[in-house]
Amino acid sequence: MLTKDKAQGTFDRVKKFSTADEIELLISGGRNALTRFANNTIHQNVAEENYVLSVRSVFEGRTARATTNRFDDESVRRCVLASEDLARVQAQDPDLLPVAGPEALSEGPAVGRAFVETAGITPADRAEGVAKIVQVAKRENLTTAGIYATSVSVEAVLNSRGLCAYHTQTSAEISVTMLAPDSSGWQKANSPDVRNLNPVALAEIAARKARESAAPQEQAPGRYTAILEPAAVLDLCGFMFWDWGGQAILDERSFLNNRIATQLFGNNVTIFDDVYHALQSGAPFDGEGVRRQRVELVEHGVPKRLVYARGTAERMRKSEHTAKVGPVEVTGHGLPLPNEIGEIPLNIVFAPPPEPKTVEQMVANTERGVLITRLWYIREVDPYEKILTGMTRDGTFYVEGGKVRHGIRNFRFNQSLIDMLKNVEEMGHPVRASGEESFDMVVPAMKVKGFNFTEVTKF
Amino acid sequence: MSMKEVASWALNVCHARGVQFADCRIVDERQRGLATKNGKVGHAADSQSLGIGIRVLADGAWGFAATEDLARQGVELTAGQAVEIARASARVKQHDVRLAPEKAYTDDWTSPYQIDPFSISVEQNLDLLMKIDAELRAVQGITLAETNMNFRRYEQWYYSSDGADIHQVKYTTGAGYAAFAFAGAEIHKRSYPTSFGGQWQDRGYELIHELKLLENARRIAEECVALHRADQCPEGKFDIILDSSQLGLQIHESIGHPIELDRVLGMEANFAGTSFLTLEKLRKLKYGSELVNVVADARPEHGPGLGTFKYDDEGVPAQCTPIISHGLFTGYLTSRETAATVGLERSGGTVRGEGWNRLPMIRMTNVSILPGENKLSPEELIASTDHGIFFQTNRSWSIDDKRYNFQFGTEIGWEIKGGKLGRMLKNPSYSGITTEFWNSMDAICSREHWTLWGTPNCGKGQPQQVMGTGHGASPARFRGVKVGTAYKGN
Repeated sequence: MLTKDKAQGTFDRVKKFSTADEIELLISGGRNALTRFANNTIHQNVAEENYVLSVRSVFEGRTARATTNRFDDESVRRCVLASEDLARVQAQDPDLLPVAGPEALSEGPAVGRAFVETAGITPADRAEGVAKIVQVAKRENLTTAGIYATSVSVEAVLNSRGLCAYHTQTSAEISVTMLAPDSSGWQKANSPDVRNLNPVALAEIAARKARESAAPQEQAPGRYTAILEPAAVLDLCGFMFWDWGGQAILDERSFLNNRIATQLFGNNVTIFDDVYHALQSGAPFDGEGVRRQRVELVEHGVPKRLVYARGTAERMRKSEHTAKVGPVEVTGHGLPLPNEIGEIPLNIVFAPPPEPKTVEQMVANTERGVLITRLWYIREVDPYEKILTGMTRDGTFYVEGGKVRHGIRNFRFNQSLIDMLKNVEEMGHPVRASGEESFDMVVPAMKVKGFNFTEVTKF
Repeated sequence: MSMKEVASWALNVCHARGVQFADCRIVDERQRGLATKNGKVGHAADSQSLGIGIRVLADGAWGFAATEDLARQGVELTAGQAVEIARASARVKQHDVRLAPEKAYTDDWTSPYQIDPFSISVEQNLDLLMKIDAELRAVQGITLAETNMNFRRYEQWYYSSDGADIHQVKYTTGAGYAAFAFAGAEIHKRSYPTSFGGQWQDRGYELIHELKLLENARRIAEECVALHRADQCPEGKFDIILDSSQLGLQIHESIGHPIELDRVLGMEANFAGTSFLTLEKLRKLKYGSELVNVVADARPEHGPGLGTFKYDDEGVPAQCTPIISHGLFTGYLTSRETAATVGLERSGGTVRGEGWNRLPMIRMTNVSILPGENKLSPEELIASTDHGIFFQTNRSWSIDDKRYNFQFGTEIGWEIKGGKLGRMLKNPSYSGITTEFWNSMDAICSREHWTLWGTPNCGKGQPQQVMGTGHGASPARFRGVKVGTAYKGN
């Protein structure tokens, strides 16, 4: 593993080759392993170790980046030179800030996310976990597919003003699909600590969903009350957080333009970005090494604050938008410079409702609706009304009279995310959820009225 | 040290540990990305990545390990790790992996190019992008202008325990831009030459010269602003004409993915999904109308697509596989393993990995619809359409995990009335079921209107791999297609 000392040593060599006014080094990488199974067989099984060093040179308002995975002196020298050559030929940008000073990485809560138990997982351990999942599948006469992945990763930001930010963590993930002749079920979980994952429990739930959704019936498309499990909620909501940076407002590509401080969602929706939350993951600093702040993004349905990289906050303060966007402060959400996006909140945490409901309780309170396990191939249809399209997948059920009645063929939806978050009738307790269309979040299951299903497919 | 020597360290370890088969790919990849946004450099970045990926078949199961450490000890340790992983895989198997036979080739190939894109100065590139940016923003109402230019040099050495020794170098060039207009409660976008960062091909800088980027910027910006005054695309069933780039994406999603044999066999069931094209449908399913002829062609003679090569990442020579012949479903994309599984004599040669650190898997090559044999221009196609909608430039795309039900939106549409293009339409979308859609195709333009588009962002696999694919298409007409569902009820 690339230690903090080694990162510092690499930066010392980078400095030796640099002729720039200022220089910044990002180091990232680690060891990743992923065991993949399908048809009750491990069919792909991979491991890699790779680190990259990425140098950003700055000359009076000009900056550029070069990256390599070679750490020998000659490769480092060439990388530094490449970043300088790219930077020198640009026009000066008066808005470009100096690199962040060490004060930007102020003291903050510790985040301990590196677990030896996860780092120590071997190919044989993963095979054993998969074997347990396959046992469940065989017992149920099902076929299973999925992954069991573990990793140890490192991120570091160092610069010529003395900033040195370093973070290492582990990650473990299991995803299970169970397939029956005409139905399927799915579950997925992710945690820095492998001990939080239970492959058998995930397999049992996925198997139950496959079993219970067998012989799916065709239900007419239309507006239904939808009960979305947490993975489905996160895959939809993930599409709006790309619009939550100050730069998105400045670029007028955000659905929040002219909507900050308005009652956009229901009163029961409150959302934070909080890297320090116990169920969250990731480094407590951003792409410039600035400490991440906890930010209340939505308070009782009202978008309240945006997140800002250093440069974006400066530009926002000088812009015509500044009076309409709430407090403008550097929040530590910037992406590595140079980039066009600016910043993103990546540690989303939904506030728990006063009276959380389980999915079972939501079903019991529903006269007629659809229970959704997972969504698939979600894409944005309309960027300002935030209309999203996509499909249900791997366990879609018809609910009537407070009971799950039977599996149904998968629906296509065309649903405004804004309207969805206006129409949340009930919520569960937020949990760390993993999907496939968005980053992991701490989100609740939701019961939403009037969800817009527009077509039905053939299975 | 030579790359052959590095590979021999890996293959010798594999041999000593008694594996049935091993291969390794050493990849040296260089990329340059330049972008502008609203009159400033958005990013300017170079990157290089070099490493080795080692794949072994031991105890009838696969293992793969990769490292950036090309010193002898690092390579040997990684080879040993790949063997250990394969033996772990063998603990959970239903049968031994078998590979379709393939000759071991020795060859050296470089994708054809006229101008090395890395030989063009960054100043020249940024100057062109800035001129485009200025042209876009000269149109009142444009609120955001983005341009990009990307180059890649991908050098790969492939060696196998069977004796293959193949060196290939590919150059890729891509460029494009987009204009955005925000007003009221709408954001509209127009892209050129198409979305996804424009046009991408395995060529040199000559592609940039041919794209006429600057010449089209004013028109694109004006169309973007005009969308705010355009009528909403109606709902209902219409005859529709797709421009060639949108047809390329339609092929990608509703033909290219479902013909991947690993999907059909359930190997992607947890993530990318499976396929409606189950094995009994081969040579029986009427996939499309008589006019639908689709090939998967990786050979250089198909053109400089992102799916062009001389050998795939299993050392199998590039081939042309008929996928749909006069409407009949005739072929899958295959690997050595999947070919053996379904009893084919040979792999179709479609296996690629994103880089040295990714396991190669079945990927689309150039999955292209062949142009119409009778001379037909887009203008003539429109002239022969009484009432319909012309869809241009993809904006949204979605399809279910068996690849039946799809929905696409485009940036702009045009009403066709009495054989003429009429009013501009905003927010156009269409949807359908794959085979019903392809069976409704009743006209396709001829060769001179056929373009080999590059899709640089195809995702598949776990860990996910992003791959470039090629799709040749010319504008085509489809009868009685459902239009406007995306905005239904919204």
